[in-house]
Amino acid sequence: MFKYFEPNKIFSITSKAPKYVLFLFVIILSIGLMESLIFSPEDYKQSHSVRIMYVHVPAAWISLGIFSVITFLSVVGYVFKIRNFFLISKSLAPSGLVFNIVALVTGSIWGKPTWGTWWAWDARITSMLILVLFYIMYLVAWRIYENNDKAFKITSIITILGIVNVPIIKYSVDWWNTLHQPASINIFAKSTIHISMLFPLLTMTAAFALFSLLIFLMKYNTELIKIKNKGLDRL
Amino acid sequence: MIYETLLMNGYGLYVWSAFAFTILSFISLYVVVKAQYTKEKNKFIVKFGTLNPEKSAFAKSQSINREILSNTSNI
Repeated sequence: MFKYFEPNKIFSITSKAPKYVLFLFVIILSIGLMESLIFSPEDYKQSHSVRIMYVHVPAAWISLGIFSVITFLSVVGYVFKIRNFFLISKSLAPSGLVFNIVALVTGSIWGKPTWGTWWAWDARITSMLILVLFYIMYLVAWRIYENNDKAFKITSIITILGIVNVPIIKYSVDWWNTLHQPASINIFAKSTIHISMLFPLLTMTAAFALFSLLIFLMKYNTELIKIKNKGLDRL
Repeated sequence: MIYETLLMNGYGLYVWSAFAFTILSFISLYVVVKAQYTKEKNKFIVKFGTLNPEKSAFAKSQSINREILSNTSNI
């Protein structure tokens, strides 16, 4: 089954896909921005500051999702010796890091009018900050060890250690008294968010997911060309 | 209407700066990744040009090399 993931087989798709993804991303983002900045209602308690949620929450979700995917691919790649899984993980990491930083910065901006402070050592904020550090360690490990077996081992260890932090981020609002409110959206139970706010939130999430796909494709193609460059050197 | 959208009951500065930071981060990441992509692609084309006919023919036998030379989209 894994032979379908070979770079030679999928490059023809990944090299053509970015322009279509970019087009779709611009359309969905435009709809999302209109919805979140103009058409969605203000909150009865937080007034217009609630609009920050439409960039803060999707960014946090996607950074957590990307780290989970990176960990899964790194572990499976290491166990079954599938180098392409490491290439995919490496290509996903930059957008994961940027989304994590966006979540922290927009959260800080949201914190000032809501809590009266830019920063608090709250359980969720601190655990998100720790996730940024894991992203940085992961990318630095690739920079130091490049594409060799040691890089596969070290990046896998970093992701395994980092993934422990993901459930802590998710459940920190339930386990500890934090400034964050409990989750308003639940897949297995009734969500407490109104549809007029849920729609822009999901639209922005779709736009952010498309952006991470776009960056992944461009980065993945770059990594493949880099490998091919080395191949030409050996000819 | 326009002023209301911009000021947002006094929260405008916070809301617009959060959105601006997000969009700027996206543009920066896109530009950086695009620059890396273009650099590697150009390096590949230059290296390919310096190969002798025999090596060039061998390299072209690999479909992925042909793809890089021919279509890599202009995103």
